[in-house]
Amino acid sequence: MSGAVVGSIDAQTVVDAVGLGAVYALMAVGIGLVFGVLRLVNFAYGQIVMAGAYALAFTSQAGWPTWAGIAMCVVVTVAVSTVMDRLVFRPLRTQSPAVMLVTTFAVAFLLQNVALLIDVHDDTIGEPAASVASLNRAVTVWGVEIRKVTIVAVVVAVVSLGLLALLLTRTRIGLQMRAAATDFGTARLLGVRANTVIGAAVLLSALLAAAVAVILTVQNPLVSPDFALKDTIIVLVGVVVGGIDRLWTAMLGGFAIGFVTGVINGALPTDKTVFLPSVVFALVIVVLLIRPSGLFARGRTGLVERL
Amino acid sequence: MSDASSGPTVLELEHLTVRYGGVTAVRGLDLEVRRGEIVGLIGPNGAGKSTTLHAIMGAVSVEAGDVRVAGRSVRGRAPEAIARSGVALVPEGRRIFAELTVEENLRLGLSGRRSREGVEEAVEEVYGLFPVVREFGRRQAGALSGGQQQQLAIGRALVAGPELLLLDEPSLGLAPRVVDVVFDALAEIRRRGITVLLVEQRAQRTVAFADRTYLMANGEIRLTLGPDDANDTEAMVHAYLS
Repeated sequence: MSGAVVGSIDAQTVVDAVGLGAVYALMAVGIGLVFGVLRLVNFAYGQIVMAGAYALAFTSQAGWPTWAGIAMCVVVTVAVSTVMDRLVFRPLRTQSPAVMLVTTFAVAFLLQNVALLIDVHDDTIGEPAASVASLNRAVTVWGVEIRKVTIVAVVVAVVSLGLLALLLTRTRIGLQMRAAATDFGTARLLGVRANTVIGAAVLLSALLAAAVAVILTVQNPLVSPDFALKDTIIVLVGVVVGGIDRLWTAMLGGFAIGFVTGVINGALPTDKTVFLPSVVFALVIVVLLIRPSGLFARGRTGLVERL
Repeated sequence: MSDASSGPTVLELEHLTVRYGGVTAVRGLDLEVRRGEIVGLIGPNGAGKSTTLHAIMGAVSVEAGDVRVAGRSVRGRAPEAIARSGVALVPEGRRIFAELTVEENLRLGLSGRRSREGVEEAVEEVYGLFPVVREFGRRQAGALSGGQQQQLAIGRALVAGPELLLLDEPSLGLAPRVVDVVFDALAEIRRRGITVLLVEQRAQRTVAFADRTYLMANGEIRLTLGPDDANDTEAMVHAYLS
């Protein structure tokens, strides 16, 4: 692609687009899980991913084995998410969604600046994470070059979303989470513990953030404070386009915007890729004008009614 | 019934006051329910009946006074903590989870159980009381009729094994035949010795059914009625309109 003047949609582009869609689907579910129980759109989700990516970078520089780096990445995303829940979300739970959204903006910028302070210790911005870079090598399948990370992204997405579906449908906590996402007040009246359900959603969302951090770090091994920021904005838009009030519509929205971004990126001539966000967001506006409650939502949702 | 009225106190409201903004919904309410009793709470719309139940469950904050369950104050506690202390609410409008199956709705009720033991027996008891809940177990709860949903809502509260069952207008919006089913179920619940506080709009039927019925208006108790007063419509109408 790099030498092409005019882009085209070929098998390579589609495979890369599916890989991007898979990562964005994971992020969408991570955001959707917390939204389900807290009605909170967590703009700071990208900074949880960023913190995990820094864990990968620092452990890589310290010479830790890859598995230990990934384990530390999980520990960091879970720790940051839990602290965020306890210190920020919990005291604001009864506030309006607008207050909570604005607060997550503040948290996002705070975390970004904390990362900047840590990152500049060596007088440069950006930390390389070399240990996971081997996943970026390509293998050739039926004449199509597929980067290992694309395969990993799709497999991780399918496996984690499958496990999540099992957890939500087959376990007691899963049932409680689904009930809480529909009507938290009634769920609590039945004895469903708010803190347990929210804690579970935050934990699962953090685990997904760790998976996303690993995949994005492979694709872009130089971790900086704005790591995953652009992706979060695109995924948030995708989640709204898909339908934020349901997990599966949010997931489809995340996948769709990742896939479409990947395809348009491949289709645009190389010198025109600067217009990628404009094309994607123009499409988003058209979709929202036609289906304001979400591309995959059934009819009008309570959210639209409330607005 | 005389033995019930001398049993230990399960629920005690002491000078309970609840305000919504500038409006006082419940004013200094005193009320006592003893073990095994069925106590009715009737009154016009806006009398404060549902608010009283929500205050007991911790779903609205109490301005003044106290709520005691089995002698212990539950004021200020979270709804889930109160549910787990042996109080179950069948909310107004049933509030079943329409997109979950009937069985999943029932299993949610288990969240309020104080003990993991006896779960199967509790579920079987509900199936015995409401065969429709077993029959339509795999169906989406939203696909049930209003009467069936009400049976599910009562069953969901019962599987928690509550010591005190609060019912908020269980016959609301139901056909007369279905109302009979609900009251038959309440009679069976009474036989099982579960203490009940029943909020209803069907005044005469409630007064005849309950051991004792309080008529509320404007946030206060205006009248206390026994089953023999069920035909004293004049007193009730007077209290409703006062």
